[in-house]
Amino acid sequence: MLVVLFILIPLLAGLGIFFTRNEGQAKVASLGISLVLLALVLYAMYQPAGSELTTYSRIWLGSLNSHFSFQLDGLGKITTLLTAVSFPLIFIATWDNHYKDASHYYALMLLTQAGLMGVFLSTDALLFYFFWELALIPTYFLVSKWGGERRIPVAFKFFIYTFTGSLLMLIGIIYLYYKTPDLSFAWESYKQVQLTFTEQTWFFWFFFVAFAIKMPIFPFHTWQPDTYEQSPTGTTMVLSGVMVKMGLFGVARWLLPVFPDMAAKMATPVLILCIVGMLYASLIAMRQDSIKRLIAYSSIAHIGLMCAAFFVNNPYGYDGAILQLFNHGVNIIGLWIVVDIIERQTGIRNMNELGGLAQKAPWMAALFVVVALANIALPLTNAFVGEFLMFNGLFEYNPWFAVLAGISIILAAVYTLGMIQKVFYGAEISQAAFKDLSKAEGLAMLTIIALILIVGVYPGPMIKLGQQGMEAVQMAMMP
Amino acid sequence: MPIEYYTFLACIIFGIGVIGVLTRRNAIIIFMCIELMLNAVNLLLVAFSKMHYARAVASGQQDVISAASEGQLFVFFIMVVAAVEVSVGLAIIVMMYRNTHNVDINYLNRLKN
Amino acid sequence: MTPYSYLIPLLPLLGFLLNGVFRNSLSKSAVGIIGSGTVLGALIMSVLVFMEVKGDPTIVTLFEFIKVGDLSIPFSLQIDPLSSLFLLIITGVGFLIHVYSTGYMHEEAPAHYARYFAYLNLFVFSMLLLVMGANYVIMFIGWEGVGLCSYLLIGFWFKNTSYNIAAKKAFIMNRIGDLGVLLAVFWMIQKFGTVSFAGETGVLAQAAQLAVNDPALVGITLLLLLGATGKSAQIPLYTWLPDAMAGPTPVSALIHAATMVTAGIYMIARSNIMFTLAQTTSGVVAIIGLATAILAATIALRQNDIKKVLAYSTVSQLGFMFLALGVGSYVGAVFHVMTHAFFKALLFLGAGSVIHGMHHEQDMRKYGGLKKMMPVTHFTMLIGCLAIAGIPGFSGFFSKDEILMGAFAKSPVLYALALGAALMTAFYMFRLYAMTFMGKYRGDESHPPHESPASMTFPLIVLAILAFAGGYLGIPALFAPNAHWLEHFLEPVFAKSMAITEAHAIEHSTEWVLMGVSTALIVGIIFFAINKYKKYSDNGVAESGLGKVLANKWYVDELYDAIVVKPILGIGNFFKNIIEKAGIDKGVNGVGKGVLYLSRQFRLIQSGNVGNYVLMMVVAIVGFIWMVYYLKL
Repeated sequence: MLVVLFILIPLLAGLGIFFTRNEGQAKVASLGISLVLLALVLYAMYQPAGSELTTYSRIWLGSLNSHFSFQLDGLGKITTLLTAVSFPLIFIATWDNHYKDASHYYALMLLTQAGLMGVFLSTDALLFYFFWELALIPTYFLVSKWGGERRIPVAFKFFIYTFTGSLLMLIGIIYLYYKTPDLSFAWESYKQVQLTFTEQTWFFWFFFVAFAIKMPIFPFHTWQPDTYEQSPTGTTMVLSGVMVKMGLFGVARWLLPVFPDMAAKMATPVLILCIVGMLYASLIAMRQDSIKRLIAYSSIAHIGLMCAAFFVNNPYGYDGAILQLFNHGVNIIGLWIVVDIIERQTGIRNMNELGGLAQKAPWMAALFVVVALANIALPLTNAFVGEFLMFNGLFEYNPWFAVLAGISIILAAVYTLGMIQKVFYGAEISQAAFKDLSKAEGLAMLTIIALILIVGVYPGPMIKLGQQGMEAVQMAMMP
Repeated sequence: MPIEYYTFLACIIFGIGVIGVLTRRNAIIIFMCIELMLNAVNLLLVAFSKMHYARAVASGQQDVISAASEGQLFVFFIMVVAAVEVSVGLAIIVMMYRNTHNVDINYLNRLKN
Repeated sequence: MTPYSYLIPLLPLLGFLLNGVFRNSLSKSAVGIIGSGTVLGALIMSVLVFMEVKGDPTIVTLFEFIKVGDLSIPFSLQIDPLSSLFLLIITGVGFLIHVYSTGYMHEEAPAHYARYFAYLNLFVFSMLLLVMGANYVIMFIGWEGVGLCSYLLIGFWFKNTSYNIAAKKAFIMNRIGDLGVLLAVFWMIQKFGTVSFAGETGVLAQAAQLAVNDPALVGITLLLLLGATGKSAQIPLYTWLPDAMAGPTPVSALIHAATMVTAGIYMIARSNIMFTLAQTTSGVVAIIGLATAILAATIALRQNDIKKVLAYSTVSQLGFMFLALGVGSYVGAVFHVMTHAFFKALLFLGAGSVIHGMHHEQDMRKYGGLKKMMPVTHFTMLIGCLAIAGIPGFSGFFSKDEILMGAFAKSPVLYALALGAALMTAFYMFRLYAMTFMGKYRGDESHPPHESPASMTFPLIVLAILAFAGGYLGIPALFAPNAHWLEHFLEPVFAKSMAITEAHAIEHSTEWVLMGVSTALIVGIIFFAINKYKKYSDNGVAESGLGKVLANKWYVDELYDAIVVKPILGIGNFFKNIIEKAGIDKGVNGVGKGVLYLSRQFRLIQSGNVGNYVLMMVVAIVGFIWMVYYLKL
């Protein structure tokens, strides 16, 4: 029962906030709602699997045998937690931003959250698709209304790109529906689908491309740098922190259990794609002048690793990847917070024109450096645990893959330190007044850093949480 | 006379009708060509009806009347429809002529926009 | 005290947090007290722990760090002879350098002063974690942590872009090595299913069961070696260390001479059984060490920046340690780590004192005649130079002699080459000494140099005593049988390796001859160097020929730039501008443009002419009939 609230609360609150006129009210209401939701999610984390609170199922489209069914299982716990944690963080971090038609902005943000929650909780394929699109639509409006100067074409490209992927997935969902033994959209039925080799090949790639576009991995990624650059920062945080995890989540929830044989067979080509993409994105990130695009490409590289880890078919890769879903989401929000502050205060995005901010804003610099170090997976940060496990999984699968992918660790250091050096060190820019972190921003950054260090030093509980989810996947992958 | 003669004739008339519709631009002539096509079909229907009647008689079938009349019934239907069509169509053409002083159908390309 | 040994790294961490968080509110003296005090606490703890050390390792497990599948990595610390010895070196030298820093960094603004001590404490924490970690992953945490602190401290004066670039270079070079370590750890997990050092099922016990030159063992050790070359500045990854001199001088003394750069040696000594069994790798270690020792020594001959000379000297001495590891003389390597920590820290701090006195002038051509102006610095530096050169009685003599003997036991050729490097060491060190302290003062007369404050000279004196006396912990059997305390102390750590490498005992007579020859040569070289440089005057003539090549460090940086950095940047540009923009993105946009184009073409069909529509209708009908009757669809 509780799980329905995860979706209903932001959905109804979002619709309600549409009608408020006052910016302050909308802000406070959104933050309050997201905090309430966080509290509920944290409460649900401790519920045993299969408890009454964490499942819900009613007939939705009876004639199609589709159910309105949700379940908070292990896999969903990590992503739900990420969604619940990141929205309050985003609201706090962008507290000082002022948007035109603020109530609409906040309403759309909450609707996005509702969509995301739905994606991570639904156990019915049609429902999954429904929320998948529901999350996309508010984002489109957010980008096209509050984005940068090229927002219209960029939002259009983003929408068409991801929509193409969704359609492929829809075809797959419908085809598989007719192959289920009991003609149902339920996840359990999908796992029992028997397909011929040709069918498996086709639909594996249909689903994979749909998810790959969302993640995104090479070569389906070109919507991403543009969109990150042009979106309003809050939306960029949602996109990069949570929404791209939809693709990875889709792989773990739908692709691997439904096509276990094909996933094992196709692992090598998928891994090659991911690793090529990691190196490719890292090399491009090295040559970026725009700080936003640099982070965007760095994210592509990291996502590539996570996607690869889902296909290595051993517990190291799975547990590392599912843990990293959470870590990457938290860390990248931290990066965007600082980038947003810099851009808001100086209006500069080109790193070569920045410099010396460490003198003007020492706290911001110090906290940013910690997040950046988490971005390059330094030990005792959360990303180290995830990447260590993922690389170990990759090594178990094929040592040479680990070596090649490992090069991206070095490249990550090159571009991340280059960014720190250009933005924070060196000669000061002429900007007379540069304010350090405000209270709200500081709170958000400190929360993120606390998460980074806690998970980095004592990752046990988080790993366990992820393991619960990946056990089901592993069971399916076992022949 | 063998049935083929009728079918060939009907085909030729139908073809003339089609070509006329496609090539002529005068609305009245197009109208007449459509009539030609309809009548080609009528001709066929009558011919086949006759053929079926002859076969039914030859095979000693009981219900020879219905075998002979079904095709001819359709002809009446078509003739009625054609008459209605002509009355409506000609009215349109007259209205068109009143407005444009022209019966060239290519003049009527407002559909484009 | 051993169960509380987790306090040893925790204290500096506490200092880091206090100094880091309250850096704007703490006074300078409070910062200094917190910074040095926590390290002093760690030192006291280390001494207490050291006294309790027995042969067998004691494991202190704090909590489960990572547990996935069958792999369990506890967050645990290990106390055994090797780690406790390193604990003493790190906290001891670390404490002295903290004290020294309170004087050296006194001109900094309070916030930066606190930042400096925070970084320094963080470094000590990471380094302690590195040597105390009971498995390769915890060691790796410290391993990357020290790299980070090195990065932060090299770029401490972050307004200067070239310093930042040096810091970045150090971090990236280290990262290349770190990747090697990481891969080695993965390989161990695959091969042994664990990463712990000790215990029946530990990596080392399992590795000891394997055959000589087992392929997996050779692979693992080669990858570890890659990591060690990065951290310990060996060929091919040594170029960051000389650049790292951009950091404050105490940092160079602590990180880039005494402790962090010896992490590679620690790791190999820790994994000694694997390296002993992987004889191929041992050979590579010896060759790399020797080559580095010689290459760096030749470069040091022609450097004029006092810190650069010491930096290349460090690289060269680290090469000696690698040589010792490669020839199986693990005790010799650890011994040299210890004595080197004393005398090289002393030399760096002495150089720092000179630089401080000379108002941040580092060019030796501007020095001269400082003997009278800075007597304490001069005297302690002289002891340091004598120790590093290997004059009998000083600590460097004992450790270097042990390495040379180990090399001789393996092959006289190795010995000869190593001796050559040792002779060059004597030459460049006394070139430094003569150019700095002898002759006439060549600097700015208006700002005469002055002796440094007591906070700086006190550590110098302590280190000078250690640099003199440290060698007596390892008196060779030649002088007195069974007097080699260190060998005895470290025996449990290296027992398995020693059992495999049967000792090539050298005849005592041979040893006497070799020792005599090398000592005579070194003394001769020292007099030669002093004579050559005591009346040094800058004649302004540019170096030419070999001297120019040496002064330009064999152009290795330029070579790396041309064969590694430029191509990678080029590929990056190619991807960014060609593949990404003109390839993929154009392809994607092309699909969109194609759709628009097609729709524009299709629009032409809708001409609005009734005739056209009719024609299409007829064509379509004919098409359908054709499909149905002829294609039988």
